[in-house]
Amino acid sequence: MNDPGTRKASAGRAGATRRQFLLGGAVAGVGAAAAIGLDAMLGRSDEPAAGGGAGGGADGAAGTTASSAGPVAALHGGNTVPFYGVHQAGIATVPQAHATFVALDLREGVDRAALTRMMRLLSDDAARLTQGVPALADSEPELALAPARLTVTFGFGPGFVARAGGPAPSWLAPLPPFTIDRLQPEFSDGDLLLQIAADDPLTVSHTARMLLKDTRTFTTVRWVQRGFRRAVGSEPAGTTMRNLFGQVDGTVNVQPGTPEFDSVVWESASGAAGAWMAGGTSAVVRRIHMNLDTWDHLDRPGREQSVGRTLATGAPLTGVHEHDEPDFEAKTAIGFPVIPEFSHIRRARSDNPAEQIFRRSYNYDDAPVGAEIADAGLVFVSFQADVDTQFTPMQRRLDELDLLNTWTTPVGSAVFAIPPGCAKGGFVGDTLLA
Amino acid sequence: MNTLTTLRISAVIAAAALTLTGCAAAAEPAPTPPATSEHDGHGASGDTHGGHNTAANADAEASTVVTISDAWFKAAESGMSGAFGVFTNAGDQPITIVSASSPVAHMVELHETAENAGGEMEMREVTGGFTIPAGGTYVLEPGADHLMFMGLTEPLLAGAIVEVTVTFDDGTVLTFEAPVKDYAGANENYESEK
Repeated sequence: MNDPGTRKASAGRAGATRRQFLLGGAVAGVGAAAAIGLDAMLGRSDEPAAGGGAGGGADGAAGTTASSAGPVAALHGGNTVPFYGVHQAGIATVPQAHATFVALDLREGVDRAALTRMMRLLSDDAARLTQGVPALADSEPELALAPARLTVTFGFGPGFVARAGGPAPSWLAPLPPFTIDRLQPEFSDGDLLLQIAADDPLTVSHTARMLLKDTRTFTTVRWVQRGFRRAVGSEPAGTTMRNLFGQVDGTVNVQPGTPEFDSVVWESASGAAGAWMAGGTSAVVRRIHMNLDTWDHLDRPGREQSVGRTLATGAPLTGVHEHDEPDFEAKTAIGFPVIPEFSHIRRARSDNPAEQIFRRSYNYDDAPVGAEIADAGLVFVSFQADVDTQFTPMQRRLDELDLLNTWTTPVGSAVFAIPPGCAKGGFVGDTLLA
Repeated sequence: MNTLTTLRISAVIAAAALTLTGCAAAAEPAPTPPATSEHDGHGASGDTHGGHNTAANADAEASTVVTISDAWFKAAESGMSGAFGVFTNAGDQPITIVSASSPVAHMVELHETAENAGGEMEMREVTGGFTIPAGGTYVLEPGADHLMFMGLTEPLLAGAIVEVTVTFDDGTVLTFEAPVKDYAGANENYESEK
């Protein structure tokens, strides 16, 4: 895929092919289209960037042509995200390149006082590590010096809230079963979630190790899921991520800093989740296995129909640019919907504006077993104020019909209450435990 | 924020530099500005109760110019434990910690880790206390100098907050609180075990 010969050979055709592809909605030759996507993502543009900024870096700041020596990259290891605040970091934070999700089970006998001791320790670790300062008793302090936008986000499962003796939000429970689910206990549920994310995988690893050293008398590890996105600097910040099917994944997402985001994601003080959750949210973490091996049977038109978007830019099949509104009424010459009824975006879309979620997912690519040549997929992560009214109705529609289900299988599922952030001197969970 | 981060990292590296050369370096005047409180009030760790860090002068009581940061205890069910942290002396005279006490232990000793006649590293009580150089720091850490807690009166549970009082050579005291952390290291031999 990264063969420079291929890129060179296709460059001359890229302009014409791309326009044809964008305007006509016709399916271009696979080879040429792939070359366009690759050029755009690498910020290599052999043509003046066409209007619309399709793809990743064609007209972005990072779109300089890379010479053989490469541009001098700015160091980003020292970048930090504040730990203290009304909300926990790692939700509205621009997604980092790497994330590890750890779910822990509470040991027997861990009571409310012990939960308080644990969350004080973990909050102190996170407060230090996210600012590039070694944790107390950090036996590898040098690994803490490049935080690379590290965030640590804590979530409480039903078991945690029960041990704390607190009122649980009504939605804090396993999701209802879906027919497409093939859930494995080793990727499901848990009492305490650690979402550890940074632009540097060594930072993520060290942070996970440090936090787990401080949880070991209180918990055992239930599951660990590691995920990744593009490396920093590969694409302009804010580029919608691609999943391992090659799809632009996450286009329709409320934008942090907007009133829509606040209303979709954050709990209010008067909300049904309880006063201790004000400024918090919920997290749904689902491991979605993506069968790359059978996806390979599907040609490009079929791939685009299954989701309702073009692969090159993520534009809806009725549009030109990624963020164009899909036109579900548009019909083909022979009267079929341009965006099929069975497509993922058609099925995910609700007429009810309340049924929105904020997605912040990561790819995973683990070692295949047996005859497979890939064990890959998505660590799907969504944040929403109310799982029952925002997430579940959408998932029900996708469960009933979504062509993409042919190649995707949920194998893990967990729901956590994400408490609000804390102030200096406080700790995450103090609204529940203090 | 960038400047702050840089300063913090510098402070950490300064502390680490002292660490590498152990007690010998700590007894010398610090080569860099002291690693003052690297983080203000992260949780309960290293909170100083003994007085404010005011402008120092030769007459200043030790308790008003010495601060501690990054203090922590090693968790232990019973018996012995150690406490660690970084003392900073903002004054212009060296100050020596001569003793320590805590409600959680019958006895607290000032220990160093040193090579015995057989060439093994072991912990033993230090003679002459811990002297914090003027304008410098004194690092207590696993494998080096530390406060040794003997005869624990209660289990030191991870995440608990424990109080310690150190007494300086001018008779003033500094009381601080520090969290207990699980720590697999700090298992060196004790002279008394021989």
